[in-house]
Amino acid sequence: MANTQSMCTSFMGELMTATHNFGTAPTRGTSATDTFKAALYLTSATVNASTTAYSASNEVSGTGYSAGGVTVTAATPPTATNASATAGVAFFTPSASIVYTTVTLATAFDAVLIYNSTQSNKAVSVHTFGSQTITAGTFTLTMPADTTTTALLRLATT
Amino acid sequence: MLVTTTKGDMDDSLLEKLEGTVDNDNELTTWVEYWLDGELVHRSAHVTLKKTAVFGGGETASFA
Repeated sequence: MANTQSMCTSFMGELMTATHNFGTAPTRGTSATDTFKAALYLTSATVNASTTAYSASNEVSGTGYSAGGVTVTAATPPTATNASATAGVAFFTPSASIVYTTVTLATAFDAVLIYNSTQSNKAVSVHTFGSQTITAGTFTLTMPADTTTTALLRLATT
Repeated sequence: MLVTTTKGDMDDSLLEKLEGTVDNDNELTTWVEYWLDGELVHRSAHVTLKKTAVFGGGETASFA
């Protein structure tokens, strides 16, 4: 046997469920799953890695769309898997497509912000796609497979 | 088939239908449009993301 320096894969998975807290906040009053939402942003917006929270600035607007977007279905909890003694992946994918039903979004948009509406709308991730408009129709974002290589969100050591 | 349009539900036989696909490294997108007398009355899109957010390179410090 030999010891191997590494970040524990279980730790990465537990980061996704707020098990560890090296700081002072937030104090979680419940073990319930937070509510995550998905908001669409115009091509003129600037949402990226430096985005810290949801903002209505440059969010899409139009018939059938409510500011803040729609709730993300998170029925499947995160998974953490070891690839070796030094590498692992923690990953999460919403368990259903993100759907904006019967909307008219006349101004082009090309990004979705996933954020935590339970925790002061703090940002999680930004995903971009080709510019779209919707006219009295439905915009659907289908999730990738929930695996170590394709999940929507992955924390990885290499 | 009834289609939701800016003018209410309409039978698709009355409309001109256009469809398209975008397939690249980032996404697979399909879209459908219905036109009535040169006016766009319905557009839907379906995006499947391929390139997902990965946060890699987590490391631990060595005492060596």
